[in-house]
Amino acid sequence: MPRWVYVPALVGAVFVLLPLVAIVARVDWSHFGSLVTSEGSRAAFWLSLKTSTASTVLCVVFGVPMALVLARREFRGSSLLRSLVLLPLVLPPVVGGLALLYTFGRRGLLGSELDAIGVQVAFSTIAVVLAQTFVAMPFLVVSMEGALRTAGQRYEVVAASLGAPPTTVFRRITVPLVLPGLVSGAVLSFARALGEFGATITFAGSLQGRTRTLPLEIYLQRETDPDAAVALALVLVVVAVLVIGLARQSRGVL
Amino acid sequence: MISRRAAAHGTALLLLVPLASACGGDDSSGSSGKGGDTTLTVYAAASLTKTFQEVGAEFEKQHDGVKVEFSFGGSSDLVSQLQEGAPADVFASADEANMDKLTGAGLQDGEPQDFASNTLEIVTPPDNPAGITSFADLAKDGVQVVVCAPEVPCGAATVKAEAATGVSLTPVSEEQSVTDVLAKVTSGEADAGLVYVTDVAAAGDAVHGVPFPESSDIVNTYPIVALKDSKHGELAHDFVDLVLSDTGQGILEEAGFAKP
Amino acid sequence: MTFELSFALAARGVDLALEVATGETLAVLGPNGSGKSTALAVTAGLVTPDSGRVVLDGVVLTDVGAGRPGRQVAPHARRTALLGQEPLLFPHLDALENVAFGPRSAGVPRASARRDAQRWLDEVGVGELAGRRPARLSGGQAQRVAVARALAAEPALLLLDEPMAALDVAVLPALRQTLRRLLADRSAIVVTHDPLDALLLADRVVVLSDGRVVEQGPSAEVLSRPRSPFAARLAGLNLVAGTWRDGAVESPEGLRVHGLVEGEPPAAGESAIATFRPASVAVYRDPVAGSPRNAFEVTITEIEPLADLIRVHAGPLHADVTVQSAAQLALEAGLIVTFSVKATEVSVYPRT
Repeated sequence: MPRWVYVPALVGAVFVLLPLVAIVARVDWSHFGSLVTSEGSRAAFWLSLKTSTASTVLCVVFGVPMALVLARREFRGSSLLRSLVLLPLVLPPVVGGLALLYTFGRRGLLGSELDAIGVQVAFSTIAVVLAQTFVAMPFLVVSMEGALRTAGQRYEVVAASLGAPPTTVFRRITVPLVLPGLVSGAVLSFARALGEFGATITFAGSLQGRTRTLPLEIYLQRETDPDAAVALALVLVVVAVLVIGLARQSRGVL
Repeated sequence: MISRRAAAHGTALLLLVPLASACGGDDSSGSSGKGGDTTLTVYAAASLTKTFQEVGAEFEKQHDGVKVEFSFGGSSDLVSQLQEGAPADVFASADEANMDKLTGAGLQDGEPQDFASNTLEIVTPPDNPAGITSFADLAKDGVQVVVCAPEVPCGAATVKAEAATGVSLTPVSEEQSVTDVLAKVTSGEADAGLVYVTDVAAAGDAVHGVPFPESSDIVNTYPIVALKDSKHGELAHDFVDLVLSDTGQGILEEAGFAKP
Repeated sequence: MTFELSFALAARGVDLALEVATGETLAVLGPNGSGKSTALAVTAGLVTPDSGRVVLDGVVLTDVGAGRPGRQVAPHARRTALLGQEPLLFPHLDALENVAFGPRSAGVPRASARRDAQRWLDEVGVGELAGRRPARLSGGQAQRVAVARALAAEPALLLLDEPMAALDVAVLPALRQTLRRLLADRSAIVVTHDPLDALLLADRVVVLSDGRVVEQGPSAEVLSRPRSPFAARLAGLNLVAGTWRDGAVESPEGLRVHGLVEGEPPAAGESAIATFRPASVAVYRDPVAGSPRNAFEVTITEIEPLADLIRVHAGPLHADVTVQSAAQLALEAGLIVTFSVKATEVSVYPRT
């Protein structure tokens, strides 16, 4: 590696780390405890954890099959499908929120059908999970598709030749061999879901305990209590760092 | 010893710096009066968007060679930016609380003056699906009502409205700004919302407005002030004067604002 | 017959048929690209031919063709097990779990599957490696585990695709002995380059060339009396094919080879083969006098040094001479020399 690479690498690292240092420096440590344990803060924190976890689960449940199909089956339109699946990555989150609104909202594509079966999506926690899943899914699909392509199908072929039916092959060979890719994809999805703001506020609204996740709470607190906003921001950063750290740990054990 | 490679890269980086600064900032540091254009920067609450743009056009007509640039946003957002040193010449707030924050930080040049006031109005989708005719209707079972969060000016006013009418609302969402409330109503997502009368007027046919009598008791007063760090102090005061003048007041009144 | 295969696959230029009897091991020989691996792939159900039939123990596994309803049983339901050059042991399972994979996939409870697996590992001689992950096995050990894994799946037909091609020469003999023992009563097809594999492991041999079967028969027969150039090359013999005319095998190029006829002499004009060992060929720089009736003027195409002698190639024929002789005669490519072999050293037999 040429020596000069260190320079831009260092600049990049500083660029990313300095704002985090700035946040830590701004925190009002004397009131930190009361700021982050207020009713609104606690409600937002638990709501964020619950919804992000639910979204990650959905991302895995639907994203892994999508990644499998994209990685293993070449069909006409597969590259188009791939581009569409990755669309939420480049779409501004607010646009994503609007799209979800026009689909699941009262006056949306599925609005009347949902109404008929008594499902109210708008302004509900379900809407938060939908918004988060929408923006976080591509991370899982990209991570998994890459891992699946790299792993190849050699072992699956061998397993089949030994008499294992397709579901057994999937369960005992395919998934275990791409577990690292799955874990890192899930972690990325979780982190993305945790930080989701634009789609949530556009589609789900903002109500304490039901739809006001941590990012929304931070944004609201900025209006009246910047100290609370900074304190909560730090909480969000710490949670994200913890999740990523835990994931790396478990991969090492695997 | 710096290798040739490192020197080349260093030079490349150096060349990028002037390029970045050329792309970057506003040039609100132009010379005033004779020769080049002068830019006056006005920070104003989002609800003043249409009206102030008209005032700005009028100001440019009256002052040759001057351009007025606006930054519209949530009042508290704007105050935060000004506190962090954002360069501006005039500040107009949607409520007195935020103006107090500004004066508390000592950023004003002169005394803030009230130039308009706004009251709340109930707004529904054009077909009024929930049949709202009064403030009390908002609390009916099954009505999806959206309001501003108490932390923002329109939300604070909503809280006062609840107190004044004695009706407690259970909104399905507490939005960050009037714009968001309006958006939820126009899209049909919400059955009703509480916004300013000026917003109802601006939305025109996209919504149906339902005034309520108690609104006249809850008034948001809009103050305006020139800023201390302005580089065009005289022009800033001129702008404030224009807003307070008959011309300015006429524009505001047309949009639905009330006298301060 | 327990296994019948006949298929055509235009994309790979293959069109062949073969059979394996119960308990028989069939060796499939042939140069690269002759269709050996394709035959295995079609048998295992990994490739669907353009047309063809695969039947195993009375069960139709593949039946494809124009005008016929297609039938292609999935690879996991065919009761075949495929073992290739690379062991491809599942990296996340240890040796025992690898071997137990087949039985467990068939529904055998975990405990008894593991017992069976240990038994198989003992059979192939690596019982003590049961707890090792594949990454910590040598090439030979891994291949043994792979053999155990394939056998543990209790296939009706075992398919081996050059199983020893990637292994060290040193470990070959031992593994070959093990395989010989294990394949003794099994139905199996072994694709191989190595004539030793054909001789030691297989009962019958099929030789492929350009996607077609060119020769088949018992191993010893094919290798001692090859009827195709590839088989001859495998057996290390010179082969001249032609017609029997006036007491000699006359090749299309006009070469006349006299030799000892085994059994009944071929009829006049019948296709016949003459074979002789390279070591029986004497090389002369000048035209030769004396008893040999087989003296052929040839151009040297290549000089190939072998372990302790020189193989002189002249087109399809080759002669083995000592290093000293080669030096004395100053042999080099392009030189015109005479190959001479005594008729008593030549075997002649009918082509069919």
